[in-house]
Amino acid sequence: MIALDHFQVGDQGKITGIQAEIELRQRLAAMGLREGGVVQVLRKASMGGPIHVRVGTTEVIMRRIDAQRITVVPLLELMAAP
Amino acid sequence: MKKIVLIGMPNTGKSTLLNRLTGAHAKVGNWPGLTVSLLSARLLVGDQMAQLIDLPGIYDLNGYSDDEQVVTTYLQTQKPDLILFMMNASQVDRQLNLLSQVTSQGIPVVMVMNMADEASALGITIKPEVLSQNLGLPMCLLSAKYGQGTAQLQKLMREGLKAQAPQALTPSKVEQAFQTGVMVPAQASHQLTERIDKVLLHPWLGLPIFFAMMLLLFEGVFAIGKPLQDGMSWLFASLRTEALEPLLSGLPAMAQGLLLDGLYNGISTVASFVPLIILFFLFLGIVEDTGYLSRAAFLMDALMSKFGMDGRSFVMLLMGFGCNVPALLGTRVIRSKGLRYLTMLTIPFSLCSARLQVFVLFIAAMFTTEQAPWVLFSLYLVSILMAMLTSVIFKKQYVNVDAFVLEIPPYRLPTLRQMVLKGWQEVRHFLSRTTRFIMLGVLLIWVLTNFPQGATAGSLETWAGQLSHWMAPLLQPLGINEQLTLALVFGFVAKEVVIGALAVIYGHEGQALIDAIVHNMDWVSAYSFMLFALIYTPCVSTIATIRNETKSWTFTALSVAWPLCVAWLISLTFYQTAMWIRLHA
Repeated sequence: MIALDHFQVGDQGKITGIQAEIELRQRLAAMGLREGGVVQVLRKASMGGPIHVRVGTTEVIMRRIDAQRITVVPLLELMAAP
Repeated sequence: MKKIVLIGMPNTGKSTLLNRLTGAHAKVGNWPGLTVSLLSARLLVGDQMAQLIDLPGIYDLNGYSDDEQVVTTYLQTQKPDLILFMMNASQVDRQLNLLSQVTSQGIPVVMVMNMADEASALGITIKPEVLSQNLGLPMCLLSAKYGQGTAQLQKLMREGLKAQAPQALTPSKVEQAFQTGVMVPAQASHQLTERIDKVLLHPWLGLPIFFAMMLLLFEGVFAIGKPLQDGMSWLFASLRTEALEPLLSGLPAMAQGLLLDGLYNGISTVASFVPLIILFFLFLGIVEDTGYLSRAAFLMDALMSKFGMDGRSFVMLLMGFGCNVPALLGTRVIRSKGLRYLTMLTIPFSLCSARLQVFVLFIAAMFTTEQAPWVLFSLYLVSILMAMLTSVIFKKQYVNVDAFVLEIPPYRLPTLRQMVLKGWQEVRHFLSRTTRFIMLGVLLIWVLTNFPQGATAGSLETWAGQLSHWMAPLLQPLGINEQLTLALVFGFVAKEVVIGALAVIYGHEGQALIDAIVHNMDWVSAYSFMLFALIYTPCVSTIATIRNETKSWTFTALSVAWPLCVAWLISLTFYQTAMWIRLHA
């Protein structure tokens, strides 16, 4: 289980937790980022800029500091588990 | 009149639908108790007239953002008769919670699944009958952009106005209904968008491409806009000399002055902005509707976040270099109030084309051809530095409460109809809200520069001249003499007026004016004057726009006072340092 901002470009994972206050939680949920959702990192902006992710058919950008609050389990890990 | 409201997440095409249904009749207006203006229009539904209102896009009805408050306040106070719930048909999963909230308002609901064309391109299958039955809500598929499905919507609105409020649906019930009503393929992505993003959001190429595009956009707006603006001025000037002056020649000089230099000048000042605003929104429409604006935010965020702003602020700041007024109007794309105010506070520092005219004259008079570009460049640099400094200083006051989480829409082709309508709406809004304020400002300056009776208009004998005289102790340490101070007072109307004012004050024009300037000051005071003219109070049209956009006198006062203080400090520091060096070196 790792924070979304540590994901590499191309990695996919299942969201297991979001540590944020209610405002941000609502906003993320409205973008489709909620527990159980599968998220993929499409790219990261240079110079520590935002990350660009896809969840379902929605694409979202967010700052790394916000991505840090989202914990994900890599899909590869999930598949490897018995 | 029955009220029908459009509710939905941002970017679901609410305004597009409103424009589609009502065309050019839509108007931006104020509502009691609401801090933002809403777009609305009358619409014939069946045999009765109804009002269709576009509410701000929201993510959650129990949310905390300003827009969400606006929508809840509106629903409570205005009690609309029907809700059109707009959904993006290609992203249904994340809009279900909002749908559940909308059904529990005690108001009839019609579901509108927009962007049906995009959904089917993604391979998404939507079964309207199944969904409608599962949810117990009337619904239709639609493409607001191209107009398919509007006939069906008309029918549903007609029925909806007579219908009862639906049963409140729980989120789980909504989810169940959609499981059987909408099929999304496992791999659904916009292939073309992905390919374009590989280039436009490229780690190294992205930023250069962004700057190139902004340059193009900027050149486009002002290459086309400047001649149009000049044409408009010519039109108004000819009307004045050909028709109004002969017509009014019978009147006493004072009345002529009031009507022509006061009122008529005010009207032509307002009119000169019309072509620029239309063009700006046409071009901003391209950037926004194609989906590039949120990508610009992605590219510029690393840099701008350090100053408390984001990439969209940067786009508006850049546009401000052409003219501050449309750039201020453009900040409306930023939905967070704190961030929007912060951006609005920085835009007046952008060296606009009106100020550029003044600087070109002064630089040509005072510096060699080799020095000139560097002097101008230094002024642009100061302009950007002041904007960033302001942002850093005020970012604690105007905190961006909304997290930077933005949707990246697929690339879309904007339609000309939409963009023209938007530009037209903005111009109408600008004219109806700011004309009075701008006229008042122009009139005030006319009075100051023409009274007391008997004084030569625009001279140091007038009230404005006396004002300059009183301000001398403040501005003398900056190397700015009384004549220049008087020109700055005129510059309040519009910055380019400074040149005309100097011509009146020195009694020369063209080369003779340049000679008079050279004769009356050295390069240090000239540069100090330019610094001051760059930073000091925004022009009256800019102030009117700030006032109208924020509806706050306090903020408007701050946006006038803060640049004044900064201008004074910067010019003082420059002038005194330069004089000290000259004395000791």
